[in-house]
Order: sequence, then structure tokens, then C-alpha cells
Amino acid sequence: MTDPTTRARPLSPHIQIYRWTLTMMLSILHRATGVALYAGTVLLAWWLLAAATGPEAYAQVQAVSSAWYGRLVLFGYSWALFHHMFGGLRHFIWDTGRGFDLKHVEIIARLTSIVPLFLTAGVWVAAYAYLGAF
Amino acid sequence: MSDMRTPLSRVRGLGSAKKGTEPFFMQRVTALANIPLTLFLVGALVVHAGSDYATMTAFLGNPFIGLLMLLLIVSAVYHMRLGLQVVIEDYVHGEAAKLLALIANQFFAFTIGVACVLAVLKLVIG
Repeated sequence: MTDPTTRARPLSPHIQIYRWTLTMMLSILHRATGVALYAGTVLLAWWLLAAATGPEAYAQVQAVSSAWYGRLVLFGYSWALFHHMFGGLRHFIWDTGRGFDLKHVEIIARLTSIVPLFLTAGVWVAAYAYLGAF
Repeated sequence: MSDMRTPLSRVRGLGSAKKGTEPFFMQRVTALANIPLTLFLVGALVVHAGSDYATMTAFLGNPFIGLLMLLLIVSAVYHMRLGLQVVIEDYVHGEAAKLLALIANQFFAFTIGVACVLAVLKLVIG
């Protein structure tokens, strides 16, 4: 028995060879949003530390969060949060051993990609309502 | 080639590490906790979208709000640390790079966690 790592092993084809599917995209997006939310905790820490530090530090947070680029980041943040949450709910269904047949996989995939978009839109309409935009 | 044994035969008989399912289980426990806790934070941020410094610090200084914030921080940081560990193990193949990335993940998660906890404690106890 030789060391298995020294011999060139056959590899399975990588993603570009397959037809693009919704479930595949959701699997990648679940990871991507997870990593993005990981990085986003820097903003959560900045917000909390600024609030604990004082009015000047908090004013900096408010300046960035009310600027167009800050709003864009927060919009993406909120969508990533809902998308990752619904991806997690999808995994909870699978953890019970249910929803693995193609029909349900497709239904659940569609729901978990569309519902977070509406929730994100709803949250921002509500936020702008509290800001007195309407 | 000094060792002719397979990796499997080297570990066979040593017994399991006993903790194999713990990260898997905790990933789901923290995921479950994150649902109501993040909904609380998003809701609070929506309601306080236009709040000034005094209103916001008064809100965050409430012990009940502080409790929810602390639970959220602990659960979210635990969850993201486990999540990124899986991502690193999947994509970083060099042994040294993988080890460094895994350590960096621990440092980042603990730093963010402690920073947020410190801030919330100051806002509540202040």
C-alpha cells in the first residue's frame, strides 16, 4: 500500500461542467451569505462600541449608515440575513429527513429564494416609514 | 516510505474522539436561536431607524434589551465560527494555510464577540 496522496487520482468534474440549477445556486448563496454575514459582524461591533463610546463616535456611524453607500451595504446585509435564515430553515426541513424528492426540493428552493426578497423589501419600506419618508 | 500502513489502519482501534457530532449539533442549536434573536434585532433597528443617540442608548441600556443582545451575540458568533470553520476546511488545502486560517477564525470570532459583549455591558451597567 503506497501513500494514496502521492498518486494522481481521478477527480470529479468541477461546477462549470454541470447545467446551472436553482438548488445549486442556493447552495452557493447559502455559503456566500454566511461568509458575508461573518464579515458584517464588524459593522455590528462598530455600531455597539460607538453607542457605548459616546455621541461623537455614534455620529460617525449615523453618517455612514445614512449615506447612499451605507444604505446599500445595509440593504445587502438585511437581504443576506433573510436569505441565510431561509436557507437554514430549508436545512431544518432536510434534517427531519423530509423534502428530498425533486418536486419538493424545487418548491422549497423557489420559496427560499423569493420569500427573503419580499421580507427585505418589507423591512425597508417599514424602516423608511419610521424615518418619516411617507 | 517508513510506514506501510493505511491512514485507516493507523486510527483503527483507537476509539472515536467522542465529540464528532458536537459542532454539527451546535450549528443547528445556534441556528434555531438566531431566528428569533435576529428578527428582534432587525425589528428594533427598523423601529429605531430615525432615533437619535440618546434614544438609542436608552433603548440599548434597558436590561431586557441588553439580555436579548447578549444572547444574539453569543449565539451568532458561535454559529459563524462553526460555519466559517467548515468553509475553511473545504477550500483551504495547504496544511499551514489551513491551520493559520482556522486560528484566525477563532481570533476574529472571539474578538467580535468580546467587543460586542463589552459594549452591551457598558450600555446596560454603564
